[in-house]
Amino acid sequence: MNLLAKLIVIFWIFALFFNYLMDVDPNYIEPALILSPPDISNWFGRDDYGRPIFFRLVEGFHNSIEIIFFVTIFTSVIGITLGTLAGYFGGKFDAFISFIINLFMSFPGILLAIAFAAMLPAGKLNLIIALSVGGWVGYARLARGQTLLIKNYDFISAAESMGSSHSWKIMRHILPALRTPLIVEGTYAIAGLIIAEASLSFLGLGIPAPDASWGAMMRDSVSYLLVSPHYSILVGISIMSLVYCINFIGDYHINIGI
Amino acid sequence: MQNNIFSKLLFITFQLLGIFILTSLLLHLIPGDPIQVMLGESSSLADQNKLRSQLGLDQPIYIQLWKSFVQILHGDFGYSIINQTPVIDRLLHAIKNTYTLAITALSIAIFFGISAGISAAMYRDTFVDKIIINVSLVFISAPHFFLGPLLIIFFSIWLGWLPVNGMGSSSSIILPALTLALGLLAIIIKMTRNCMIEFLDSDVVRTAKAKGLDKWTIIIHHVFRLVLIPIVTIIGLQFGSLLSGAVITETLFSWDGLGRLLVESIQTRDYPITQACVLVIAISYIGINLLTEVVYGLVDPRVKLK
Repeated sequence: MNLLAKLIVIFWIFALFFNYLMDVDPNYIEPALILSPPDISNWFGRDDYGRPIFFRLVEGFHNSIEIIFFVTIFTSVIGITLGTLAGYFGGKFDAFISFIINLFMSFPGILLAIAFAAMLPAGKLNLIIALSVGGWVGYARLARGQTLLIKNYDFISAAESMGSSHSWKIMRHILPALRTPLIVEGTYAIAGLIIAEASLSFLGLGIPAPDASWGAMMRDSVSYLLVSPHYSILVGISIMSLVYCINFIGDYHINIGI
Repeated sequence: MQNNIFSKLLFITFQLLGIFILTSLLLHLIPGDPIQVMLGESSSLADQNKLRSQLGLDQPIYIQLWKSFVQILHGDFGYSIINQTPVIDRLLHAIKNTYTLAITALSIAIFFGISAGISAAMYRDTFVDKIIINVSLVFISAPHFFLGPLLIIFFSIWLGWLPVNGMGSSSSIILPALTLALGLLAIIIKMTRNCMIEFLDSDVVRTAKAKGLDKWTIIIHHVFRLVLIPIVTIIGLQFGSLLSGAVITETLFSWDGLGRLLVESIQTRDYPITQACVLVIAISYIGINLLTEVVYGLVDPRVKLK
């Protein structure tokens, strides 16, 4: 099962290059083939403009991954920095950061993203901002909790007795110890981001048309449930299988402790 | 204890204030001038200035914030930009519909989730258990915007039992409620099963068995009370995702609730409505978290001692 999960993820990573290798235009409109069902030459069939669903899915994945890559970089760097510093130094700074974390935790993250995406003009950069606003909290909470635990361990005291500075202790001793839980947290966060990004574009707050995105394809497909259910089922299964596999890999890493 | 309640209330006040300031500032973050949105770009400067002072938008930002804060405390959320009706009217209507939907979904999830969870734990490692666990795993990963269309294809198009969308008949609540419920249902099943299995091996159960109680008395009077504690927590935590899931589900099924109102107001750039919806959803979320803690105390007598 773990092998299957990894294969599906690897498939999607390879899919990033499909469109270049096969030289197809995912936005090419073919009026003769509107909503045609899957066959040998059109793997997943065609959408409501006669565009190839499979290559649009690949293109949507490409856009989605690009956004998620930057969101993950921003949120993890901000979250881990604030969380580790708060946990390490404690005191008023920690109280302040904990307050901010609790403030964000008591607010549905997707709502914050919807509010920001709605107010900013549509586009990739603004989508990245909207998803990043609430995304750092998970990393910060975990990094803070783990740092509080680790900083009392003997190897930290040993480093201190040898005259290590604060920055040396954080960079060389605490951060490496945080790696495992943060990778697991990151795996779940990425699965959550795929759904969050698709939800935003489902609501019409994502990348503007005609660029493909999974959420927007889902929204378009719902209008044709009666005549061509394959459209929404294939898009839905693609999103779901990827999210399921990423979650599964996260679970697997928890079980074997990486 | 009293100190605890006081600090909790203080925190909630801060939260509400923070959310209020954030939603109000978002209105000011909008690129462009709301006055121009309202009057159209070709309007004369004199008209623009008149409306601006009428709405108090020419005053410093902290005075504007204070004024709208006092207004909201009086239940006045301002007027819709598009059709000039009071926001509160549409808001109350939407709140009623969303809560009907959310409570129906919650009831379905709790009832079937707990029964399936207990069954899975009772018949641990059998065929029944494996089916329940695997099906629930699929539902955990399925986003609302996929579950919804799947249910429509199955129940409305193939079987023709239920209406596709809208709020026409009393049966039209079933599909949106199911869409919202299934994800939560799966989480409750997983939680109930794992906790049941853990408690079935505990000393409490062994003592009860030694006293000669029958199987179902042990399950209902001893194990179930222990299992309720984590279930209450998970329901409280998941209510937020139920509310944000409502945004997608209501849009999908044309259900006239808060979520659809929010999306509609975003599309028509009707910012007072957007602000009010975000505020109401956030307040519900905080309210539910508070309620969870109260229920927690009722279910678990140990919480009061601390």
